[in-house]
Amino acid sequence: MTRRVVVTGLGVVSSLGLARVEHFEGLKEGRSGIGPLTITDADRLSVKIGGYADAFTPEGRFDRSDVSLFDRTTQMAVTAADEAMAEAGVELSEAEAVRSGVVIGTALCGMETVDSAYRTVFQEGKNRVHPFVVPRLMSNAGASQISMRHGLKGPSWTVSTACSSANHAIGQAFHMVKSGASDLMVAGGAEAPLVFGVIKAWEGLRVMSRDNCRPFSKNRSGMVQGEGAAVLVLEEMGRAKARGATIWGEICGFGMSADASDIVTPSQDGAARAINSALTDANMAADEIRYINAHGTATAANDKTECAAIHQVFGPAAPKLSVSSTKSMHGHAIGAAGALEAAACLMAMSESVIPPTINFDEPDPDCNLDITPNEARDADVSAALSNSFAFGGLNAVLAFRKA
Amino acid sequence: MGDTTEEQVIAIVAEQAMLSASEVKLDDNPEDMGLDSLALVEIVFSIEETFDVSVPFNANDLASSEFDISSVGKIVEAVKALVAAKG
Repeated sequence: MTRRVVVTGLGVVSSLGLARVEHFEGLKEGRSGIGPLTITDADRLSVKIGGYADAFTPEGRFDRSDVSLFDRTTQMAVTAADEAMAEAGVELSEAEAVRSGVVIGTALCGMETVDSAYRTVFQEGKNRVHPFVVPRLMSNAGASQISMRHGLKGPSWTVSTACSSANHAIGQAFHMVKSGASDLMVAGGAEAPLVFGVIKAWEGLRVMSRDNCRPFSKNRSGMVQGEGAAVLVLEEMGRAKARGATIWGEICGFGMSADASDIVTPSQDGAARAINSALTDANMAADEIRYINAHGTATAANDKTECAAIHQVFGPAAPKLSVSSTKSMHGHAIGAAGALEAAACLMAMSESVIPPTINFDEPDPDCNLDITPNEARDADVSAALSNSFAFGGLNAVLAFRKA
Repeated sequence: MGDTTEEQVIAIVAEQAMLSASEVKLDDNPEDMGLDSLALVEIVFSIEETFDVSVPFNANDLASSEFDISSVGKIVEAVKALVAAKG
């Protein structure tokens, strides 16, 4: 019998809010989480805005020993995972624990730790750094800390595919549960890239906006970085139903592709193949999809290419779709993006609200789709897709179905 | 003899286009020279480093960018203006 995979827990930290409910409220209100950055040396940046979760601090959340071991990325990953697991209400026996794992997508690593340790040795000339720099900065710190806190003893790892990291993580976790290799997987993404060194590096590519994030709008001026984490609890459907779990939605398909063309420029063909692959995997016809949470970075190249790919795949069904880029609200959370956006898809299906693309000023003939401008819309969303297209041309698309 | 700014800009463009400086003409445009978006970004970086200026260039919006990159000559003019503005 085919195993099906459902989401039974969901936790979120973003610039819109420090818990799922607040994140959802922000999405529904069309609130902007993007604002001026007040990080160290912000005056030396030409890009001075970001989707920074100002209210998120480790004090009061973690005890002292955890604070010394957790980079901001890990703090966010763990916070989202704690919420997801509490919501799922899972209690694992030893036999269940060894069949339960965690997969977290993170594009970078603990960059707050890297930035600060480099300041110490290079700028301040010190010859000693904190003893826990390595366990703080390693890319798998979040996945490992989640496994330790929640006693997840099965297959666990970290995925790093730039902006597709979280979608690849959730997709691989979906495969694990679907195939029977695991019964429960905690999956998502986390990223805290808003530190001086990372933004300075991104400035160099000349694709960052200095004013605001306006996906699909003709006057869009580039991406705005965000931060955050979202974590989903995935379970085999029969198990979830048997224990009476609340089901947020079903993950029913996962498609991956590689552009195999350019390290930064997106490809319509690669994007279209990933979308098609997700639909095929879900055994869904294109016209079943009601909503697409777009990659929608607000760069000139992505938005145009993504819309062309959607038209290519959906053909006559494309004008009936609602598309939105929630990055307009929470910023581009890089390795966490797909997880925050999976949360948006689950909200759309479970609460029948399509989140908007805010800051939309002016239609662009190259982005000729219903991009749900500026205001959320009530709609019965029976199925949704979430696109992630990474630098390096590694694409990952998730397909969801209403529970 | 060309002036120094012009020679330096041509050298920067030539390096990215994998041409010798003598093959680069002022009315050449980046596209015809085979310069892709990454090469343009590297040219802008080299100009900033060489002349100690900040170039107003956003790859998302080449049309309305304050820095005209439509030809090698335009880049030279734009660099001269930035250097002059620096005082």
